[in-house]
Amino acid sequence: MARLNVNPTRMELSKLKKKLVSAKRGHKLLKDKRDELMRQFMGLIKENRQLRAEVEEGIKEANRYMAVAGSVMQREVLETALMLPKQEVELEVGEKNVMSVYIPEFQPKFRTDNTNDIYSYGTAFTSIDLDGAVSALSSIFPKMIRLAEIEKACQLMADEIEKTRRRVNALEHIMIPDYEDTIKFITMKLSENERSTTTSLMKVKDMVLKQSHNYH
Amino acid sequence: MYKVAVIGDTASVSGFAALGLSVFRETEPEKISKLISKLAASDFAVIYITEPAAAMVSDTINKYRSSKLPSIVLIPAIEGNTGDGMRALHQAVEKAVGSDILN
Repeated sequence: MARLNVNPTRMELSKLKKKLVSAKRGHKLLKDKRDELMRQFMGLIKENRQLRAEVEEGIKEANRYMAVAGSVMQREVLETALMLPKQEVELEVGEKNVMSVYIPEFQPKFRTDNTNDIYSYGTAFTSIDLDGAVSALSSIFPKMIRLAEIEKACQLMADEIEKTRRRVNALEHIMIPDYEDTIKFITMKLSENERSTTTSLMKVKDMVLKQSHNYH
Repeated sequence: MYKVAVIGDTASVSGFAALGLSVFRETEPEKISKLISKLAASDFAVIYITEPAAAMVSDTINKYRSSKLPSIVLIPAIEGNTGDGMRALHQAVEKAVGSDILN
């Protein structure tokens, strides 16, 4: 039972009543927002988890090839082979609004469309395992981009859900009960004042009547 | 147009160069930390970083968690998967839901 520190006047009462109405409305809206965010978040997180498992598996495979390539080729040769890539990736970044959380969308753009351009070296001096590593990475790359997108979305939504939940709780457990208590307090105080005015008026009336007409 | 970066030890990240990503071979915490700040300030939208490298600079990475760009994604290094990437996911769930319900 905590009430706000306000004067018990009609003015304050009507102000508080208005505040209570908007607090209740805000509470309902935020609760809906939280529920919808949560629903979307659960879907995303499921996809995120699966995607991460796939990407980790793909990179593991590429690393396996890479480890073999590294062991059969000289380090310098390996480095030289990968030094000047033919392919180049750029990202177009869009934006999606999910319940007023702005999440990025990535669209990869490749410099060349030729899928063989990932091999930036001649095949004469390199191990076939290097080809395997590069092709494994290339096939997992679209999923890696999607993973970057979805992981960011999950982080941003987790932040927003936490914030919204705090607001909902503050409204539900602190602000709305405070307003209700204060409104009750002011109403009581006002009716108490009214009663006291009535009784004193009755008393005065009695006294006046007694004085002028000698009534008992 | 935005670019994509990969940070980690030479063996783990070299392959990405062939795909046309910008590869940074760094293994020292201070350098990685500076590099991430620099990349985030320029036009890099996605930064892939190996789990061991990320473990050294988790403070810097956490700084960018709540900003829209760049998206920093952990990938397994050549030594194998440490599970840090999945753990980050579980943390996000815990933050949003209140308890880790993924299992």
